[in-house]
Amino acid sequence: MTPVATPFFFYLFAAIMLIGGILVITRKNPVHSALALIVALLAQASIYLMLYAPFVAGVQIILYAGGIMVLFLFVIMLVSIERSMKERQFNSQWVAGTVAAVALGGLFIAVYAKAEKIFPHHAIRITPDELLNTQGVASMLYGQYMFAFEIASLLLLVAIIGAVVMAKKRI
Amino acid sequence: MESMLHITTLHYLVLGAALFLLGVVGVLTRRNVVIVLMSIELILNAVNLNLVAFSRLWGGLHGQVFAIFIITDAAAEAAVGLGILIAFFRNKETVNIDEVNLLKW
Amino acid sequence: MHAIIDYISSYLTSDKTPGAAGNMFWVLVYIMLVFAGLSVAVIAMNWLERKILAHMQVRLGPMRVGPHGLLQPIADAIKLLLKEDIMPAEADGFVFWMAPLIVVLAAFTVFVVVPFGPTHAITDMNIGILFMLGVSSLSVLGIVMAGWASNSHYPLMGALRSSAQMVSYEIAMGLAVVSVILVTSLHGSGLYGVGGAGAGDGTLSMIGIVRAQQEQGVWFIFKFFPLGLIAFFIFAVSMVAETNRAPFDLAEAESELTAGFHTEYSGFRWSLFFLAEYSAMIAVSSIAVTLWLGGWLRPFPNLLNGDTWDQAFSFIPGITFLFFAAICFYNAVRMPKHPLFRVQTIGLFGFGVVLGLIGLALFVPAVSIRVQDIFWFAAKVSGFMYVYIWFRGTFPRYRFDQLMQLGWKVLLPMGLGVLILTAIFGLWPSIQQLIQRLI
Repeated sequence: MTPVATPFFFYLFAAIMLIGGILVITRKNPVHSALALIVALLAQASIYLMLYAPFVAGVQIILYAGGIMVLFLFVIMLVSIERSMKERQFNSQWVAGTVAAVALGGLFIAVYAKAEKIFPHHAIRITPDELLNTQGVASMLYGQYMFAFEIASLLLLVAIIGAVVMAKKRI
Repeated sequence: MESMLHITTLHYLVLGAALFLLGVVGVLTRRNVVIVLMSIELILNAVNLNLVAFSRLWGGLHGQVFAIFIITDAAAEAAVGLGILIAFFRNKETVNIDEVNLLKW
Repeated sequence: MHAIIDYISSYLTSDKTPGAAGNMFWVLVYIMLVFAGLSVAVIAMNWLERKILAHMQVRLGPMRVGPHGLLQPIADAIKLLLKEDIMPAEADGFVFWMAPLIVVLAAFTVFVVVPFGPTHAITDMNIGILFMLGVSSLSVLGIVMAGWASNSHYPLMGALRSSAQMVSYEIAMGLAVVSVILVTSLHGSGLYGVGGAGAGDGTLSMIGIVRAQQEQGVWFIFKFFPLGLIAFFIFAVSMVAETNRAPFDLAEAESELTAGFHTEYSGFRWSLFFLAEYSAMIAVSSIAVTLWLGGWLRPFPNLLNGDTWDQAFSFIPGITFLFFAAICFYNAVRMPKHPLFRVQTIGLFGFGVVLGLIGLALFVPAVSIRVQDIFWFAAKVSGFMYVYIWFRGTFPRYRFDQLMQLGWKVLLPMGLGVLILTAIFGLWPSIQQLIQRLI
């Protein structure tokens, strides 16, 4: 089934993502930031679907929105946020930081303006193996990227141990 | 107008760049550690978007596999980062990142 | 006009789900049907739960509103809608307002991929089960938001408990699901049978999983005999925990936390939480039915096979409805002959007539062939619903540390073990070959 009204949905989800991102970095209350981030992540999952990456979209929903963000909300509730909400929200070098980010943005614009010709202007075609996306990703994870996959599992193990050691009062 | 209505890889890249910049601004300017960590998530997501867009452009699945690895990495990063945050809050009763200055003389 | 009729009727001969066929009209019809059916099911569950619990405790339950209290849920709904909508003064307004919406949306969106029959699903995705698990895990967010936004102690405690519980049990649940997905990739058949012609591509699509059970000729609960059963057991325990129901209802333990995360909610918002809880129960039960109990397939496919048995089983939906109608008539006759009960008696009689007509319609082959899948699916799910109520009537509540211990130290290792053993059994022919080559 071919997608319908692609530009409309692209701009819709792009707008949701950008508004969500702006709310994340401007809200005073971290809970509101986290909720804005969840909205942005879900919009991004929809954009993955538009890019014919359903498996990544599913992983995005189940891991990011359902896992990592719950962890964030959990921690925000454990630490008291009343005091920090009354304080200054931006640090003293915010001018320098914004200038640096704007400079980086200028760099991006310059690069993309130069590279515009590299990318094909017509809509991208569907390659057949994307219809078997999940199977393809699986055979790649357990084939070509086996070593990286094992390293990732090791990374997760280290992260679990690290988190337990950090958060426990006495070991 | 023509280039507005055909969504090409460049559109996704620009969106990713915008998201990346928002994340950078958040990391560089906010004081609250939780929001800084969330901005890092924004940056990682911008990278993921680029990877998936490129994977679409070249018709392979390598980009998507990398996106999955980055999501794994983000989970690990969030777990450790929030663990550090809890330890930090327990010691200093604050979540402001510019008060982490024990090593500053 | 003609084009529209053509567009609408073009789907009728299709053997795909409306979403896969891309027919927007029928997609909308199915969405409305699923929504309406779900709401009716939740209302019916409300009545059934009270009645069944009451009979388990040797009392009558609701008897006053309507015959045998049949209209009690409707009276309750009207009461809840008319109640004042209270928001605590210190609450975070927007988040407080959003929380029930998110919970309800997550609980209802899941039904997009639930296969009520080979063509009776809104759509079929190639990431179906992943989508279901992901979207149902979003309801944690709503619960956390509700608890936090109330700005009160009991709700916050309830939300923390509930989110910890749901995140923990999601892992055991996922492992049990993964072992089923492994099994879908096999081609072998039989109860104890191992993979026949080697492993092929598995599937995450809900319809694909049921088709795999049809192809292998066995419900996955009986596959590799004890293994499928153990995986199903893990899923069944964690699904009760996932929906915050007794005996794992610590998040809303009345004796400790008043009502948990929805203490501060009242009126319509509270009823949204109620709706979400019951539709989440139906959703996880339908995952279990799809993955282990053969979805829409009729029971005993191997033992009682052949056209005669197919014919016999196609009568069961109609007979069931006629049975319910008979119960209604029986109770209508037994109603007290007092003039005050006349309306109730007529109402019950009318209900029986409606059920009987539905039952008679189900004997028409053209209808029954279209609808019997839905009947079997619904029958299996209602079995789960009964078990939920049964649990609530019999088990005492767990303590929180016991709950965590069960999740992390019992179910998780069991899930990993089942996964590994399933993989070994599934690859047994190749392993045998390998051993022979080595010896």
